[in-house]
Amino acid sequence: MRTEDIISKILFLCASFSAVIVFMITVFLLQEGVRMLNPSFLFGKTWSPHRELFGIFPTLVGTLCVVAGAVVIATAIGIPSAIFLSEFSPFWVRNIIKSSVELIVGIPSVVIGFFGLTVLVPFIRDNVGGRGESILAGWIVLAFMILPNLITIAEDSLRAVPRSYREASLALGATRWQTVRNVVLPSASSGIRAALVLGVGRAMGETMAVLMVVGNPETPWIPLGILDRVRMLTSTIAIEFSYAEWGSSHQYALFAIGVVLFFMVTALNFIATFVIRRKNIQ
Amino acid sequence: MSNTYMINGDAAAFSPRLALDKVVFKGFNLWYGDNHVLKDIDIAIKSNVVTAFMGPSGCGKSTLLRSIDRMNDIIPSCKTEGDVYIDGRNIYEPDEDVYELRKTVGMVFQKPNPFPMSIYDNIAYGPRLHKMASGEGLDKIVEESLRGAVLWDEVKDRLQENAFGLSGGQQQRVCIARALSINPDIILMDEPCSALDPIATIKIEALMRELKDKYTVVLVTHNLQQAARVSEMTAFMYIGEIIEFGATSDVFENPQNELTENYITGRFG
Repeated sequence: MRTEDIISKILFLCASFSAVIVFMITVFLLQEGVRMLNPSFLFGKTWSPHRELFGIFPTLVGTLCVVAGAVVIATAIGIPSAIFLSEFSPFWVRNIIKSSVELIVGIPSVVIGFFGLTVLVPFIRDNVGGRGESILAGWIVLAFMILPNLITIAEDSLRAVPRSYREASLALGATRWQTVRNVVLPSASSGIRAALVLGVGRAMGETMAVLMVVGNPETPWIPLGILDRVRMLTSTIAIEFSYAEWGSSHQYALFAIGVVLFFMVTALNFIATFVIRRKNIQ
Repeated sequence: MSNTYMINGDAAAFSPRLALDKVVFKGFNLWYGDNHVLKDIDIAIKSNVVTAFMGPSGCGKSTLLRSIDRMNDIIPSCKTEGDVYIDGRNIYEPDEDVYELRKTVGMVFQKPNPFPMSIYDNIAYGPRLHKMASGEGLDKIVEESLRGAVLWDEVKDRLQENAFGLSGGQQQRVCIARALSINPDIILMDEPCSALDPIATIKIEALMRELKDKYTVVLVTHNLQQAARVSEMTAFMYIGEIIEFGATSDVFENPQNELTENYITGRFG
């Protein structure tokens, strides 16, 4: 065999590594998880492992509440930020803001969670009410965590709008804001939507930071207000896996939660890719 | 008048011209950062003729064109000195409203750049922005603009289709119609045929000759034949300066400056 062929084989092995791992994780998850996947698991209102009750409905609702709120907050801050950076910011201001936003990505999530627990949670307890650990705290922490990706992707799609569109609009006597609203934003909308979908996926899968601030009641209930404590799908696995007995239905229930998360996040990523691709075909 | 058409003297001495000429540059300089792009430009552009700016790439002809509707303002490092008058009004006065100014000047760019929307919405964009009309009034503006750009018959049955579905030449005429929609006095065209095939080019050139009856047309081109075919007046530019400006036939047949002659005879460019 020629050296050339050996090298190409080695490179192929390296490249296949992640594909193989993803495949193995999928098979493993499904194998362990599907046996608990049934309507009483998805819609059961009580999660109480020692009574052999494994209903994830309150956890599912809690997760969706926290994720939805976080995405709304992140959108309300992130999209205007992206518009400012791409359309209005002087070069040096953009550099400073961009680098600080990108720095957020580098903060380990447990550190953000720790900050949330020691600063945000007491602040909510003292000024808003409840125990502090709440949906509200989850919103703020998660919003902060998905903000960098959201801003970066949204800004990239705004900057990808051809300069010639902006010039055409300005030459017709439009102001910069009119140009952004009528031409740039509509042209970038698919990229921005993809950024939001990816943000939802990221928020759904986030574990550590949010676990530290949402309270995780032992028997979760369907939340009625934003000061209620909730449990996330991810934190349920993280908290209970260490004491779930090997081979017990408790352990399989946790695997099943993994399956649910896996499918939701994968579906969201597919949707995001689809949204981007459809734009490119146009 | 002599072959060349240069303006001399101070503002007072040449104020009679201001009323006569549509656009007058007086001692106009422009820099991008430290790069001195336009140097002491003095030129007067007459109403209802096609005036061409020609010259080798990088000579500043597009920048000069964009100074007429202050599109250079978009570039942060741009600074200017001197005056440009439109109908006797100095558009570089600090209190000039550039958005109002750009409403009176239509611009057509090098590459066709319709918005990613329907043909109708492309043309209606400006009138909607300035709340010029709605409903049937808007339909009428769209039709008149498309007729003005000699495109109406080709697209009247598919106004709601995306403008990207049109050919390059048709797209450029959408852009011309879009420029006409805000009812400007002046049409600026920045190498409008450089991205088009010869047949589309012939159509756009015929259109330019038609447009000058109603508008003052200023054309940037690096194509000598195009300048000769469509313009009455031609300015030859070289490294930021106007070397020669006069009736197109004079500039081409009897150039006064060696640089102009070299350019026209194809010795450089």
